[in-house]
Amino acid sequence: MTDRVIEARGLTRRFGDFTAVDALDLNVERGTIYGFLGPNGSGKTTTVRMLTGLLTPSAGTATVLGHRLPKDAEPLKREIGYMTQHFSLYEDLSVRENLRFVAAVYGLGARQARSRINELLGLYSLGDLAKRRAGDMSGGERQRLALAAATIHGPKLLFLDEPTSAVDPQSRRDFWEQLFDLINGGTSILVSTHYMDEAERCHKLAILSAGRVRADGSPQALMDAMGANVVEVETANPRRTKQELTALAEVISTAQLGARLRVLVSDIIDDPVAWIRQQRLNEPLGAVERVRPSLEDVFVTSTGASPQ
Amino acid sequence: MRPLRRIFAIVQKELLQLRRDRVTLGMIVMLPLVQLLLFGYAINTDVRNIPAAVVDQSNTALSRILTQIVTATQVVDFVERHDSIEQAERAIVAGRVRAAFVIPPDVAKRLARSPAVGHGLATPRSTDEETSRPVAQWIVDGSDTTIAGAIKALRGMPLQELFDQDVNRTTPTFEVALFYNPEQRSAVNIVPGLVGIILTMTMIMFTSAAIVRERERGNMEMLINTPVRPIELMLGKIIPYIFIGLIQASIILSLGHLIFQVPMNGALLALAVATLLFIGASLSLGLVLSTIAQSQLQAMQLTIFILLPSILLSGFMFPFEGMPRVAQQIAQVLPATHFMRVIRAIVLRDATLAEIHPEVLWLGTFMLGGLVVASLRFKKRLG
Repeated sequence: MTDRVIEARGLTRRFGDFTAVDALDLNVERGTIYGFLGPNGSGKTTTVRMLTGLLTPSAGTATVLGHRLPKDAEPLKREIGYMTQHFSLYEDLSVRENLRFVAAVYGLGARQARSRINELLGLYSLGDLAKRRAGDMSGGERQRLALAAATIHGPKLLFLDEPTSAVDPQSRRDFWEQLFDLINGGTSILVSTHYMDEAERCHKLAILSAGRVRADGSPQALMDAMGANVVEVETANPRRTKQELTALAEVISTAQLGARLRVLVSDIIDDPVAWIRQQRLNEPLGAVERVRPSLEDVFVTSTGASPQ
Repeated sequence: MRPLRRIFAIVQKELLQLRRDRVTLGMIVMLPLVQLLLFGYAINTDVRNIPAAVVDQSNTALSRILTQIVTATQVVDFVERHDSIEQAERAIVAGRVRAAFVIPPDVAKRLARSPAVGHGLATPRSTDEETSRPVAQWIVDGSDTTIAGAIKALRGMPLQELFDQDVNRTTPTFEVALFYNPEQRSAVNIVPGLVGIILTMTMIMFTSAAIVRERERGNMEMLINTPVRPIELMLGKIIPYIFIGLIQASIILSLGHLIFQVPMNGALLALAVATLLFIGASLSLGLVLSTIAQSQLQAMQLTIFILLPSILLSGFMFPFEGMPRVAQQIAQVLPATHFMRVIRAIVLRDATLAEIHPEVLWLGTFMLGGLVVASLRFKKRLG
């Protein structure tokens, strides 16, 4: 129990007739990165906002760092950091001015703030940009600034809402290195994303779709428990073969990858390669082989939809 | 300590943002400056040189002298001359002149019997048709009551000069002693009032946009995730504008003194206290609007919604006493109405704060009430 930073039971949020988050259960352990994977509108941001105390749940309970929500939202705010989906610092202030403002708002003294800001400028390679206005910076630079601001008061728990949506792949890799450094320092992190490669880096994750958790666990466990096997098929006419395979009841989904097809076959079929070869298809098949499942496959089998 | 630090952080941030917003910065100085010149010169109830036409049907030396005497009053300026009343009326319709002075053919006869000439004749009885006929006639475009009033004032003008007599002033029924503005210059009344109008405009405009802007630019989501309290945010937002308000008030009063010779009779300390209270009241009203408005455009519309009655009903342009009861009741709610009385009392009549304490108390109460309402309305939750 003591090792859980977030515990939620039956967390629900309705906006009028629309249920954005439906009876969500969640356990996040200390010192881990927990991921929310889901398409836009699946309830990721709403859940994060409820867990930070910004939104009052319509039903259910949540305990974050031992604080009962929504009652204890204010004391919780000193202990958590929140990086919003859209850049929410001041574009007309410089990097240092922004950090100084956030530090003061979190109650850091002038001397303490100065040394912490210098530390963060070094840590997130913002030293050369200290005088640059946030509005004049690139997506990756802004994201580093936002992370620096969200961690300025040394939060025990960090919420990141789609932190890398406006960032190039290299910045994204660097960003995740920084997240693991934070974990090493004892911080716990909850991150929402719709990128598979990001989700795969999480210790644990929950797949969200239409406000519900469809599957949760470690990425490996999710792939193991997927309930389907993945087969790649080579064919001369992939469009037509895709239609034929998709029509079969045992096939969960078919996706085209260039000249090949990635086919998810339900695990009621013991040998999916042989099974596909047995099907009477109009087009001759080339190589057919079983491949390692990816998180995207998990996503497709658990939601019946593709991300994004 | 921490609340103070947070308030100071917000003040500092607002000032930094303001310093980088050149247009707003310029407006802080230009708005009072331009308005002072506009209102100071334009609002003038003491009308002079009204364009008028003469229809001289008598065409005698006497009628020409009569015209000159009327011209000498400077109330009208005869710009046209017509032979018939119809032509003069058309000039009024076309808007070239506001009035026509019609001198009848028998002006000499009428003058001889007129009491205005003061021939020492006994005042004619009102039934005496022949003697009580006026000397000449004014046809006036009476749609503008100020112009009509100015020409009406000529009705009883003495004409002794016409016969080289000493002007024999009659003793008035009442003696009127005009205190505080003996020369009857409208700038004396307008300029102190303008402080109230300018402050209403800028203070409410700046703060009504303050919270909305944070929301529109997405900064609010970050702010409400920090430990900052609503009242700290509100105070931090208004403190920078208190200084701006004081700067604007000083610009108006000092330039009003230099350009329009508006006296500064009152104590500066009383003036500063009263102005601060009014600034506070306007700022907290702006904050309340800011918690209602969903966008900066709406904030602007709400500002105008407050500004218009503040200009029209506060007593700035028209005396409060002359307004119908409903208008007075609306005006009583507006901080500008109370400030209008306060600043004129201090600047022109050297009133002490104790002498005008109901108005001063009202401003203070309004400020605190607004601050409380704005803080309560501002929620640190999204829903």
